[in-house]
Amino acid sequence: MSRASIAIVGAAESTRMGKVPELSQTGLHADAALNALTDCGLRPDDIDGVATGGHDVAEICQYLGITPTWYDGTSVGGCSFITLVRHAAAAIRQGLCTTVLITHGESGRSNNRNHRPIFPSMQQQEFESIYGPLIPPSRFTLPVLRKMKDDGLTLEQLAMVAVVQREWAAYHPRATARDPITVDDVLSSKMIAWPFRKLMCCLVSDGGGALILTSAERARDFPTKPVYLRGAGGESIEGPMISQMESFSSSKAFRVSGKAAFDSAGISHAEVDHLMIYDAFAHLPVYGLEDLGFVGRGEGGAFIAEGHTRPGGKLPLNTNGGGLSYMHSGMYGMYALQEAVRQMRGVSPGQVEGAKLSVVHGVGGMFSAAATVVMTTEDGW
Amino acid sequence: MNQRQIPTIHPETRFYWDGARQGRLLLNSCPACDKAYFPPRPFCPTCGSRDVTVIEASGKGRLYSYVISHLPAPGYEPPFTVAVVQLEEGVKMVTNIVDCPAEPELLVLDMALEVTFESRGDVTVPQFRPAGGGT
Ligand SMILES: [Zn+2]
Repeated sequence: MSRASIAIVGAAESTRMGKVPELSQTGLHADAALNALTDCGLRPDDIDGVATGGHDVAEICQYLGITPTWYDGTSVGGCSFITLVRHAAAAIRQGLCTTVLITHGESGRSNNRNHRPIFPSMQQQEFESIYGPLIPPSRFTLPVLRKMKDDGLTLEQLAMVAVVQREWAAYHPRATARDPITVDDVLSSKMIAWPFRKLMCCLVSDGGGALILTSAERARDFPTKPVYLRGAGGESIEGPMISQMESFSSSKAFRVSGKAAFDSAGISHAEVDHLMIYDAFAHLPVYGLEDLGFVGRGEGGAFIAEGHTRPGGKLPLNTNGGGLSYMHSGMYGMYALQEAVRQMRGVSPGQVEGAKLSVVHGVGGMFSAAATVVMTTEDGW
Repeated sequence: MNQRQIPTIHPETRFYWDGARQGRLLLNSCPACDKAYFPPRPFCPTCGSRDVTVIEASGKGRLYSYVISHLPAPGYEPPFTVAVVQLEEGVKMVTNIVDCPAEPELLVLDMALEVTFESRGDVTVPQFRPAGGGT
């Protein structure tokens, strides 16, 4: 019998999401942080560990009035917050701090900020962006035609990713896009970067989110239902140059991160009740399902198109509507974590009945990085 | 503002851009691994050896993957093709597909490509077009 050692005791998103022109990016971090503190009955001076990605962790500490004994500013893109959950858990286990606040805020739409969230890559600039793929829709999508040819992934299957996730978004009052869509709607939406059309691409939003972690032992003293981490999660890097991906049909970082998380948790795929896979674009859930091992190589598109991930399906996936329909600030990973926490607390508007085990997997920096964590309602297994 | 981006050239990559200016596509290669690699750096990313050489690529490759971008980019008139070419030497690199309309029917995966060169001010940038001089 293993006992849980770390729990998420506080979780909240920013008060408003989507268009939040009245707040700066730093202000979005703080708004979400204060909401998470309120959620679990803490004050800023109860926090001794602070972590954030894509933003200076020192500014967040000072803005919130926190003097930490541990901090982490790992910034590898949208999965940074998933990475930071496992880093924070390791720090708490090691005794470096007792109570960690992880914050995210991003003024992706209103652009009330003075920096971009990810470090520029020297070689990406010198050898890739000079050819025009400056922004995610024309860069993150580059491998997909190869995968379509090699693995039989179809445009209709990619469109179904967006259709199914919109079904989930309909449950969520806070989701940006909730009206039902069809495959035809997706395939006739505005062309962005062939073969990707607008409805296969994420939203561009303002928002924030924050999590508070502590030891499982202390978690019992909090008013919230603890959400436990199972195992140590996983993370990996393939790198910022999209052309240098070993395979265009599979992400090495996904495979390494996912395997580490599953091995550490000691779980099988059949045990997973709920799954979040960061979806900046419609192809990512397909790569995620395959690279995490839920389906075989080349089977991810058909699995989604057959309805297995939709409401009522055997593997509920991206139950908030994902980056395609819920919100996407730029570094969406925090919102995948928030939905998994809601599911484990049993309070998601798109609640999966009886869900006890959730896997959260994210991508960062356009196939550059990946991270995976496993959450559970159970304090032992 | 309407100019295509100029690469920021670093000491370790100077040879690549000097080669391009002479109409040659130069790659680093590791004799121990018998393998070319990209982008350039003064050691082999497979074995770590600093004993690496510069080779001239044949300039032939195949269309590995692409998108047709309808988004603005400095100096580009959408739609334009952003592609990955796999060279005969095995390495993959980003390129545009020039001398070919940006239409899916004309851009067939695995079609043969050949290197050509584009001037951007003082810098020459390798580009690829359909083999045989384009359409
Ligand atoms: Zn070598």
